[in-house]
Amino acid sequence: MKLALRELRRRPGRFVTATVIMSLIAMLLMFLGSLLDGLISSSTGAIRAQQGDVIVYSSTSQASFARSRIEPAQRSVIADVPGVEHVGGIGLAQLGARIPGNDLRDLAGVALFGVEIAPRGVEALPRFGEAYADEILRAAGVEVGMEILLGPARSPITIIGFVSDTNFSGQAGLWTTEDTWRSVLSANRPDAQVAGDVFQALLVRTTPDTDPAALAMAIDLATAGATRSLSIPDAIDAIPGVTEQQATFNQIIGVTVVIAVVVIALFFALLTVERTGLYGVLAALGARARTLFAGVIVQALVVTTIACVISAALLVAANFAIPPGSIPLDVTPTRLISSTVLLLIAAVAGCAFSLRRILRIDPASAIGSAS
Amino acid sequence: MTSESTSRTTLSGLAQNALQMTEVRKVYTMGDGSEVVALHNATLTVGADEIVALVGPSGSGKTTLCSIAGGILSASGGSVAVGGQDITHFSERQLTRFRQERVGFVFQSVNLVPFLNARENLLVVDEMGKRTGAAARERADQLLHELGLADRAKNLPGQLSGGQRQRVAIGRALMNDPALVLFDEPTSALDTQLGEQVMELIRTEMKSRGTAAIVVTHDERITSYCDRSVHITDGVLQA
Repeated sequence: MKLALRELRRRPGRFVTATVIMSLIAMLLMFLGSLLDGLISSSTGAIRAQQGDVIVYSSTSQASFARSRIEPAQRSVIADVPGVEHVGGIGLAQLGARIPGNDLRDLAGVALFGVEIAPRGVEALPRFGEAYADEILRAAGVEVGMEILLGPARSPITIIGFVSDTNFSGQAGLWTTEDTWRSVLSANRPDAQVAGDVFQALLVRTTPDTDPAALAMAIDLATAGATRSLSIPDAIDAIPGVTEQQATFNQIIGVTVVIAVVVIALFFALLTVERTGLYGVLAALGARARTLFAGVIVQALVVTTIACVISAALLVAANFAIPPGSIPLDVTPTRLISSTVLLLIAAVAGCAFSLRRILRIDPASAIGSAS
Repeated sequence: MTSESTSRTTLSGLAQNALQMTEVRKVYTMGDGSEVVALHNATLTVGADEIVALVGPSGSGKTTLCSIAGGILSASGGSVAVGGQDITHFSERQLTRFRQERVGFVFQSVNLVPFLNARENLLVVDEMGKRTGAAARERADQLLHELGLADRAKNLPGQLSGGQRQRVAIGRALMNDPALVLFDEPTSALDTQLGEQVMELIRTEMKSRGTAAIVVTHDERITSYCDRSVHITDGVLQA
């Protein structure tokens, strides 16, 4: 092992190519992962911010707020289900927002939520015509006290504060009361307006020790299948496009990892072929195959670790340089570490291709040979 | 002679000699199933501090004999004992340990590890084997001093002359305090003058330590530095 580390230190030039290629692969992997996290985060923040345990949609809505309607009678039934502590209505209007100072055609996509239970970060629901905005809107020039205009009807909303990580379907979250939502919806989307006591969905808070998934089933049973209730994690997965996004990105990430395995395998297989003479000498001196193979693995792990550190540093720097809101990039330590671990596993897997050749190293090759 | 007395004689011989090869055969099976005999019933004894030149043309079997003596190859028949240790039936694993602890090798083109300095090239023997740490470092320094390389300890092989590299290789072969050192064509890559110097050095170092050596060569001139010569032709030893 010492031998392998000394070679890395004394002959860094031999490993530059592999390090550069692995850095590019690590960069791609970390970028894709962070992009996925950013996209998922910007799609699901509003659901994750809910201070409840179960979201109830109508059964035919396919977990879409726009398609879902919950009648007051259903709400009463749901409120009576054992395990339900509190029920609050949710309504959504996805609109373009005009922000003072920006070009008239430069609309910011917003998801205006009218809620009865305040989400995480909102201590008390605002008054009519007011809203808390997701801080991503700061990048668009929104400030506290500013009045923005929503939709074709240019409904005015005054921003009274900011909350973080509450976006929905890539649009900035706006949090307001149900009457403000109804007003904005009827003004801008008259085709989608709902009756005064109808909501698009309900947020249910469970009593302590109640399993949300079990309660969701109990609610659907109580409404005779008129509702589709989902725990918060299930509701996140059910957001249209989220699962598809995750699957697509994970496939790309998978292919990238396979490429990493191939790169490491090829590089260290070539290096092993090149070192056959040296390995023969070491084997003649008493080196075991496992010692030689451990050296290859150590070198692959060091190269990969260096590549990951370089890539992580570049990605963090790039994240600072990218204007907020322009790319939904969410660079987190978890993603950087998980990508590194993935590549380290790929490096070990890649080295396995050299194992057979190392096991076949013949110490006799060191004797009677000038090479 | 009874079988008991034969056994006693053999054990006595094992204790005294650095190498005792008795009726050793090596047969290779070829791809088509035919057999090639590389070594025919070779019997060779090397005394505890004896230097033996093993002389023969290319393909004569001297590499095979050397490899069997050094525990790199197993014999197809006969018996092999090095420093009193019978290695005839050793497994691969046992042979690996045997090579770590009981024999030294100096290879044809020296074959130092190019990215290790002279001292580290000696210490690599310890790293592959017992890992004695401080004791190994002390021995490496002592050997380098005795070989006149104390001031070259930090030099990489590329920064050393041919003779110095050969001395480092000898130092490496002596690191595990072997019973037997095998020199594989030690002068083949050197000019005549340097070759003679190296052989003089080998003789001095082996004799001063009382270590036995087999010097494989096809150059008759260097046999004068050895205690005796053994010729091998077509796998047959001729004393």
